[in-house]
Amino acid sequence: MSMLRVDGLTRRFTGLTAVNDVSFEVAQGSITALIGPNGAGKTTCFNMIAGSLAPSAGAIHFMDQRIDGLGPEAACERGIARTFQIVRPLAGMSVVENAMVGALLRTRRLGEARDVAMQVLDQVGLAAKARAAASSLTLPDRKMLELAKALATRPRLLMLDEVMAGLRPNEADRIVAVLRALCEAGMTIFLIEHVMRVVMSIAERVVVLHHGEKLAEGAPREIVENPRVIESYLGRKQVAV
Amino acid sequence: MNPAARQRVAAAAFIGCLALTPVFASDFLLSVLALIFLFAFVGIAWNLMLGYAGQLSLGHALYFGVGAYLVAVLSERYGVTPWLGMIAAALIPALLGAAVGALGFRFSVRGVYFALLTIAFAEFARILFENWDYVGKTGGFFLKAVTAGNHPLVSLRGNATFFYYALLIVLLAGWLLAMLLVDSRTGYRWRAIREDEDAARALGVRAFRLKIVAVATSAGLTGIGGGWFALMSGSLFPESVFGMRMSIDLIVAPIIGGLGTLFGPILGAFIVVTLNEVSRDLAQKFSINGLNLLIYGALLMLTIKVLPGGVWPWVARRLGLAGDRS
Repeated sequence: MSMLRVDGLTRRFTGLTAVNDVSFEVAQGSITALIGPNGAGKTTCFNMIAGSLAPSAGAIHFMDQRIDGLGPEAACERGIARTFQIVRPLAGMSVVENAMVGALLRTRRLGEARDVAMQVLDQVGLAAKARAAASSLTLPDRKMLELAKALATRPRLLMLDEVMAGLRPNEADRIVAVLRALCEAGMTIFLIEHVMRVVMSIAERVVVLHHGEKLAEGAPREIVENPRVIESYLGRKQVAV
Repeated sequence: MNPAARQRVAAAAFIGCLALTPVFASDFLLSVLALIFLFAFVGIAWNLMLGYAGQLSLGHALYFGVGAYLVAVLSERYGVTPWLGMIAAALIPALLGAAVGALGFRFSVRGVYFALLTIAFAEFARILFENWDYVGKTGGFFLKAVTAGNHPLVSLRGNATFFYYALLIVLLAGWLLAMLLVDSRTGYRWRAIREDEDAARALGVRAFRLKIVAVATSAGLTGIGGGWFALMSGSLFPESVFGMRMSIDLIVAPIIGGLGTLFGPILGAFIVVTLNEVSRDLAQKFSINGLNLLIYGALLMLTIKVLPGGVWPWVARRLGLAGDRS
């Protein structure tokens, strides 16, 4: 069953069509990756699904309800949580308070929110730093905090915008392990990713964008062998890896 | 003792000292302290908006002035008890605040541009009242002197000791309210908006609604402060309650005391009002006009340079009172 369905999604900015007539589905319980060169429209696409940008045309259905243009709060309430490509910790608050803000979406009680927050911090390996200032975290930890905040909202669909970018391979593996565990627990994950090693290892399905249009869609194996994808994005050398 | 327990002991000692002060203090000292409590109270109100919800208002004189004129006019012209006047002085400024907020936030006017909008509305009010016959134009609006049969609990006006205790209670109530708000779901979400509005919205925080709640709460409390100012001073002039100078007076204490702290505005008011009194004395003695403004400026610069987080966080660390929430 598809949890997220995008039909003919289009977004025009003045003089530029960032996303043009893109359609795809994200199946419940799957890990789906959105890849493509810089400027392909991946983040624009993400922003429309997460509600922070209204589409110029097309429709987005989540759990069979239309959600496009409702705004980020409404998307989050319905169960879509997203992380930002450039991490956005709530710098003046502690690590646990950051996660609590997410948890307070589902409860009014601070105590309960704190419990949920500690639980997700434990999940991402930040529990020991719960009382530290969010601004004091290193980049890998900030990426984990970004993930923790999103998880604390108890999402059905987790959208990750380049969580591995800027990380060393062993740090990226830490996130991959967390994502695998989440997926096994039934979470649906939709991610933008440039690190092909990661995409190949965790994604069940891959959507390729190029110049705002869908270039290809399929299992990771098919994608890396697709001549059009190799031509426009991967290049020959990457495939050899 | 952990910091939270020490905080409670310190707060109890602070309140205890203030409760006993009238036993030995002169009327003059009591009236200065009452003024300190008033500015601490409105400082708390303003700080809720900037220090916690992250929304800068430079036009809080609007709410202060409307609250002041409401209490004065209702009681003088219509014989409405100031008790009811105070309710009006909270509700109408809260509505005005919600309207200014809705207008600004609806059109995504953020940061300094929102601050400019708030100045504009305060100036509108000043000009309106300066040209409005009904409230005495620039000539001012006056409360009749209290008569012999006056009962302070009816008229909410009395001697220095009455105002001292009245404003102390108002301050403590405001402090408690701020504490409860900050330590609530709303408080956490305000701080999230302050840190990063878009990131907060992505976590399901309804920023538009919560910012309006912040402005309305802040404006309503400031209106009550204005109402007490009217009762204390007995005379109101558009320039003095709506003017830019009042907007600045309302915000210096929380800035110097410490933005985003609960006790900062209170400590700030002690520092600022005391300095204001001293410098006014000095200004008269040496006939230097505007000496207190000069001192304000120097004090602000010094605070920003030496203690950018305000005086209270620094003092709290020294006293071992710095905890999760100080």
